[in-house]
Amino acid sequence: MKYVDEFRDAAAVRHAIDTIAGIATRPWNIMEICGGQTHSIMRHGLHELLPDNIHLLHGPGCPVCVTPAEKIDQAIAIAMQENTVLCSYGDMLRVPGNNRSLLDCKALGADVRVIYSPTEAVDIALSEPEKQIILFAIGFETTAPGNAAAIRKAKLQQVENFSALVCQVTVPAAIDALLGNNDFEIDGFLAAGHVCTIMGFHQYYHLAEKYQVPIVITGFEPLDILAGIEKCVLQLESGQHSVENAYARYVTEQGNQPAQDLLQEVFQLDDQTWRGIGVMPNSGLSLNKSYRYFDAEQRFSTVLGDLDLSMSKPVNEACQSGLVLQGKIKPDECPLFGKQCRPDKPLGATMVSSEGACAAYYRYAAS
Amino acid sequence: MCLALPGKLIEITHGTEGSATGIVNYGGLKKSVDLSFVPEALINQYVLVHAGFAISVLDKDEAQASLDAFRELDEQNNTQ
Ligand code: SF4
Repeated sequence: MKYVDEFRDAAAVRHAIDTIAGIATRPWNIMEICGGQTHSIMRHGLHELLPDNIHLLHGPGCPVCVTPAEKIDQAIAIAMQENTVLCSYGDMLRVPGNNRSLLDCKALGADVRVIYSPTEAVDIALSEPEKQIILFAIGFETTAPGNAAAIRKAKLQQVENFSALVCQVTVPAAIDALLGNNDFEIDGFLAAGHVCTIMGFHQYYHLAEKYQVPIVITGFEPLDILAGIEKCVLQLESGQHSVENAYARYVTEQGNQPAQDLLQEVFQLDDQTWRGIGVMPNSGLSLNKSYRYFDAEQRFSTVLGDLDLSMSKPVNEACQSGLVLQGKIKPDECPLFGKQCRPDKPLGATMVSSEGACAAYYRYAAS
Repeated sequence: MCLALPGKLIEITHGTEGSATGIVNYGGLKKSVDLSFVPEALINQYVLVHAGFAISVLDKDEAQASLDAFRELDEQNNTQ
């Protein structure tokens, strides 16, 4: 495919690796934020081609992995009601809440439908007016504008039987929290390119300054990732810490204005719990006042009020996905990896989601 | 989940209130996309699509510039 294949060219990949090997004189820990990048790194074997002194740490950028179990429990409780349709992105279906997954409850007869685009949920609401339609609105800033567009469409067309169960997370607050926690070292960041197509990268300047780390906006193809690493290493070797854009074909400093305007109209910054990590201040988006009518948590408050969250326990206490998500351990350092825990019987969200680091390691490294 | 794919915009239909939809060709596979976030997009440009929404228009010059940078690197390595 044009503008994909060129960025996978094998000879150019080898030469980019050689260049990085030539400039890296010391060990550096570089974290890629996005699960899509982790997946690409494993799929193309970049971690094995890179010199030994470049350590790639895998970050928390998998929305499916960080959606709290309690949120999934809420989605399940709503989906189990009569005459409701829960619309979800496909990745989310197999992830267990505290007891079961959306797929389990679909097997029990709940109407759970997989959507590709969030506006499909509004269309379903229009064509099935006798039912309540709920959009499970998860994701990072890349997905948030689409979710917002769906919710706005419901408002404009006065779709009364539509609501959204919102669990939106934001990247800069996560970087801030990871760096603020100083029990381990991250020397540089590859920022998630597609989040930046929406948000731009001006919000990273103060983070690069505050923690004196290079932050390089990076794409997803092998050459994009290597270009991001190269820029990061060049900065580290010369003691710099600025924000650089290695994905300029899609990302501008200011980002996508119409999308940001819509986010502003529909959502507000809010504290957010990340599965395996905990609450991070201002790391999520919730519906703002003028859109709260569409909040599924309010609409189904009687159902959700009955949820016994005191019963909640980790799906498997030995699962270390919280540490994996923060780059503190590699998936294959988890004693359960590949043994008790595999994609066909996952114990944690990082093994369930195809973009989770554990799943990426299993799929590409264990084979 | 933040995966996005580039494709060539081959059709644009303008709707009400500045909204627009289009057809994108991903190397043969054609799909409809919402163009609300890229009002500047033109036919034959490449757009990056995520969950049914085009989120960015490809800057061809920048794409070429990165490819050239890799090619230069390639030549340097070959002549070393
Ligand atoms: S391998 Fe399985 S049990 Fe271990 S951290 Fe990953 S998801 Fe959890």
